[in-house]
Amino acid sequence: MERDDVIEYSLHGHHDEEQGKKIRKKIWFVTALLTAITVVEVLMGAYIKQSSDIWPMVKWSFIIMTLFKAGYIVMVFMHLGDEKKTLRNIILIPYFIFVLYLIFIALWEALAVSDALQLNAF
Amino acid sequence: MAGHSAQVDNSTLWGGKESPFQTSYGKLMMWFFLVSDALTFGGLLIAYGSTRHATLEAWPIGEETFNSLPFLGHGYPLLYVALMTFILIVSSVTMVLAVEAGHRMDKNGVVKWMIATIIGGFFFVGSQAWEWYHFIHGSEFGKIELADGSQAIVRGHFGEIQNFTVVTPGHHHKKGDVIKTDLMHEFQHAAEKGNLKDGMIKLHDGSIAKVNKAADEHMELIIKKKGKINKVGSKIEGKKAEEMYYASLYSGQNNRVIYGANLEQNEYGPQQYAQFFFFITGFHGFHVFSGVVINIIILIGVMMGIYHKRGHYEMVEKTGLYWHFVDLVWVFVFTFFYLV
Repeated sequence: MERDDVIEYSLHGHHDEEQGKKIRKKIWFVTALLTAITVVEVLMGAYIKQSSDIWPMVKWSFIIMTLFKAGYIVMVFMHLGDEKKTLRNIILIPYFIFVLYLIFIALWEALAVSDALQLNAF
Repeated sequence: MAGHSAQVDNSTLWGGKESPFQTSYGKLMMWFFLVSDALTFGGLLIAYGSTRHATLEAWPIGEETFNSLPFLGHGYPLLYVALMTFILIVSSVTMVLAVEAGHRMDKNGVVKWMIATIIGGFFFVGSQAWEWYHFIHGSEFGKIELADGSQAIVRGHFGEIQNFTVVTPGHHHKKGDVIKTDLMHEFQHAAEKGNLKDGMIKLHDGSIAKVNKAADEHMELIIKKKGKINKVGSKIEGKKAEEMYYASLYSGQNNRVIYGANLEQNEYGPQQYAQFFFFITGFHGFHVFSGVVINIIILIGVMMGIYHKRGHYEMVEKTGLYWHFVDLVWVFVFTFFYLV
C-alpha cells in the first residue's frame, strides 16, 4: 500500500538549471582553492628544511591548511553544510571529542615512553 | 511515568512523519558508516603519530624519501605525490559535478562525470602501485652502516655499472668473461650478502669478477642513526663521503647496506615507519579501489536508467559521499606521511 504521509527526502536535492549554475561556480571555486593550498604545501615541503628554525611554524601551518582543505571537502563536496544543523552536529561533535581525546592521550603517553627510553639509553 | 507522555500534544510529538534529520535513510546510514570509517583512519594515523613521538631514531623525511618521478629518476622532492593528490582532488570534483547533474535529472551529465571520476580513480590506484614499487625497491645507494656504527642515507647520482669482468672462474663463467646483464640487481644482492670486496664481486656461481663502474656524482651522506663519531643529522659530502661509503660497501661484511623497505627491513628509517606506510596507504588504496568498483556498479545503473525511473539520483549522491571521504582521508595521509 502506498503511504501518502511519508516524506520523500531523496527529492529535496533537486534544483533547476539556474541554481545549478551557481552551484557549479562554487564547485570550481573550491577546486581552485584546494589545488592552490596543495601547491603551497608542496612548495613549502620541498624547499624548507626540517632543520631550519621556522620548521615548527611550517609544521603547524601544514596541519592548519589540512584542516582547511578537509573542511571544504566535507562542507561543500559532501554537502554537509547544506544538511540540517542537527545532522551536522551529530556527525561532527562526537567525532571531534573522541579524536581530540585520543590525540591527547596517545601523544602524551608516547612522549612519556620516549623520555623513559632516553633515560635508559644513558 | 506514563502520565507524562499524555501531556505532549501531537504537534510536538514526532508522529513518524517528518524525520528529525530531514534526510533519507540510505544517506543517513552512509554518513554513520563514514563516521565509523573515519574513526578507523583516525585511530591508525594517531597510532602512527604516537609511534613517531616514542621513537628516538630519526624519522624519515618526506622530501628525502619520496623524490622520484616516473621516467625521470630522482631529484624531484614530493612532486609525484603532489600529482597523486591533485588527481584525487580532481576526481572528487568530477564526482560532485556528477551529483549536481543528478539533481537536475541530467542523465548524460551524470554518465559523463562518473566516467571521468572512475578514470581518475584508476590513475590514483596505479600511481600508488608505482609509489609502493619504488618504496620497496629503494634507492640505488641504499642505507649504509659506516665504520663507526652510524647509519646514513645517501643522496647523489649513482654512477652506472658498465660490466663485470670475471677474474677467477666459477661454475658458469670463464676467466675474462664480460657480464653485461642484470648488473644492478646482482650488485645490490652481493652488497647485502657481503659479497663485495675491494672492487670485486663474488657472483652466484662462485666466480669473482671486477666491477667496472662510472664514478658517482654529488654524493652526500646524511646520518640517520648516531655512531661513535657521527651525530644524527650531520652531513658528509664529496670525496670523504665516497671513501666512507665504499669502505663499508666493499667491506665484505653482510648487512652493511639495506636497499628499500619491506616488513623486515627499512632503508628510510625506523622499521615501524615501513609497517605504518604499508598498512595505512594500503588500507587507503583498498578504499580507493573499492570506491572505483562501487562507482562502476552505480554507473551501470545510471546507464540502464534505473535511477531516472526512480525519480532521483540519490544513489550517485551516496557513492559520491564515499568517494569524497576517500579524498578526505588522503588529505590527512598526505600531510602526516609526506609533509610533517
